Amino acid sequence: MAGLELNNLYDDFRDGKTLQAYARIIAEDAAKLERPINIMEVCGGHTHSIMKFGIPQMMPENVNFIHGPGCPVCIMPKERIDHAYVLAMQPDVILVTLGDMIKVPGSNGSLQDARAKGADVRFVYSPMECIKIAQENPEKKVIFFAIGFETTTPMTAVLLDQVIKQNITNILFHINHVTVPEVMVELIDSRDIHVDSYNNKIDAFLGPSHVSVIAGSKIYEKFPKDYGRPVVVSGFEPVDVMEGISMIVKQFVEKRCELEIQYKRVVTYEGNLNAQKLIETYFDKVDLFRWRGLGNVPESGLKLKDGYAKYDAEVIYRDVLPIAEIEDHKLCICGDILRGMAKPPECTIFGTACKPTTPIGSCMVSSEGACAAYYKYGNLITS
Amino acid sequence: MNKTITIAHGNGGEENNELIKKIFYKHFENEILSKSEDAAVIHNGELAFTTDSFTVSPLFFPGGDIGKLAVCGTCNDLAMMGAKPKYLTCSVIIEEGFSTRELEKIVRSMKKELEINGAMVVSGDTKVVPKGSVDKLFINTTGIGEIEHTGISSSNLQEGMSILISRDVGAHGATIFAAREGIMLESSLQTDCASLYPQVKALMDAGIRIVAMRDATRGGVAAVLNEWAKGSEVCIEIDEEKIPVAEEVRGICEMLGFEAVNLANEGTFVLTVNKEDEAKALKVLKHNNENAQIIGTVTRQHDGKVILNSSWGTKRFLDLPTGELLPRIC
Repeated sequence: MAGLELNNLYDDFRDGKTLQAYARIIAEDAAKLERPINIMEVCGGHTHSIMKFGIPQMMPENVNFIHGPGCPVCIMPKERIDHAYVLAMQPDVILVTLGDMIKVPGSNGSLQDARAKGADVRFVYSPMECIKIAQENPEKKVIFFAIGFETTTPMTAVLLDQVIKQNITNILFHINHVTVPEVMVELIDSRDIHVDSYNNKIDAFLGPSHVSVIAGSKIYEKFPKDYGRPVVVSGFEPVDVMEGISMIVKQFVEKRCELEIQYKRVVTYEGNLNAQKLIETYFDKVDLFRWRGLGNVPESGLKLKDGYAKYDAEVIYRDVLPIAEIEDHKLCICGDILRGMAKPPECTIFGTACKPTTPIGSCMVSSEGACAAYYKYGNLITS
Repeated sequence: MNKTITIAHGNGGEENNELIKKIFYKHFENEILSKSEDAAVIHNGELAFTTDSFTVSPLFFPGGDIGKLAVCGTCNDLAMMGAKPKYLTCSVIIEEGFSTRELEKIVRSMKKELEINGAMVVSGDTKVVPKGSVDKLFINTTGIGEIEHTGISSSNLQEGMSILISRDVGAHGATIFAAREGIMLESSLQTDCASLYPQVKALMDAGIRIVAMRDATRGGVAAVLNEWAKGSEVCIEIDEEKIPVAEEVRGICEMLGFEAVNLANEGTFVLTVNKEDEAKALKVLKHNNENAQIIGTVTRQHDGKVILNSSWGTKRFLDLPTGELLPRIC
């Protein structure tokens, strides 16, 4: 980040008059809709923006938001967090991860609790910081607990690339990278035999721009084509979100069903091909990845290729890592919230037993989660 | 409540409040403590009395150091109760191996700040602990001040009163983040760390009746406003665009997913006055910093809550910060 100027880059994208103008356009178009529409914002970043800027208050009655499963912290099943906890408690291990992850409770506690018990847990802003930590602690193993969607995967791939090129022997990886399109398919067309039908209410998707900066908009092509759901890839600033919604509403009014890009200033159809190549070099798809609240989703996670097993903490520490799956709390309806079938206030423990300081369900854990966003920004004002 | 203490318990937000209430207040309860003001009002209302410990890392940062903080922090707590800082104690816990040159630099910085306040250190203590027991140097200061303006309290807010802020917010928190190892951020940010008594004196000399006043340290402006809304059982409505935030602070907040109103300040305070005093108070504050601003009003719309009004007509609650202040990841 050295040399980056922190000038105000976003004022135009929060301009009150522009937002009000979009609100009017959306209302005019929405008046022509034949039925109400439900737009799912897949990404937790969108949920956060939508709640923070009070965007639901600017929507006509027949345009609703439903919140998707796109928060990498929220969707991490407890057994994976237990992995992180167990690894952190190993002697001579420094466990490194990104931001919010250290707050997520597993069955023994969170990484924050592990740290309070003496474990060396650190959070970094960039995975590349692992190299410095590893060099300063040659007698220790630095384990990078890698999380995130398409956005953060290339950073992990670059770290591994450097570890190999610089012949660094004390950095290992615990991979929890997941992919967006697969879970979107799961939401509208579940292949889980235990779920009859999600009876989902999703009419269209607002696709996260940062994912498509890497993976391109092409990853969403099948949704309008095969599933009849329009997708608009949109930025995170309020003006971006409002324009994205306006584009979706227009598609319904004009009876179109397409993949469109609102965030054209950065996103292309193809995405970042170098990043994609690097990911293909080091990662394979896993057959099943268990999502907290959603269950097993086919091919929705990544793992290191077999050839890189010596960097894989799951392989090296397999004897100490727990394998049992752990279910969420019985009263928690995060599964329904992540599928867009319920809203946070419908949960009986929302804001009472389950709060950001004592999260029970996954959606309350990270600030990106739908429940945390509702709790924090209080959609109560509109009701 | 958690079985063990985590960093979040010191965040100045919700977990911190819970810890204080469920452990300290529970056992120490008395009439003075339970008022939870910045400083205790003692000795028939004549004196203000407060203490604070300083554990900042790094010890030196743009615009200040731990010594300046240790004097400003305690003197400001006294000033916020309308008191003139008079006597301080200074207690230091030093890690073995610490450089005496740096220690003297810190003490010199304390001296300079004491002069600005017209206060003096009258007692102290020094402890040296084995390497690794503390992070370089911790300082505790305790202070006594003479109350010059009585009746300031976080439970005095009433409908129609005005809320002001003395300058742009979040500079200290953002500076410390930028100065930390691992961030590698080049910026010209400086902490707002400063002694507030001179500004308080100017307000009092101008004849302004101060209803409530608090420096927005850990937990930031959000924590102060929430404490007032709860303490006075009123609603505080803030116009989001009126909260002054320096461009660089906003940049850091955007990048790391913070809100400037949650970031710590060390020389910025929030003030409540009667509506008829707001223009005069603003003029006095602007004399010190042109970013001073009237940011909101006390209403009864949602008692106990703080509401942020956006420029495009939406509203949301401004809650207490929770958890350890960490960057968002997506």
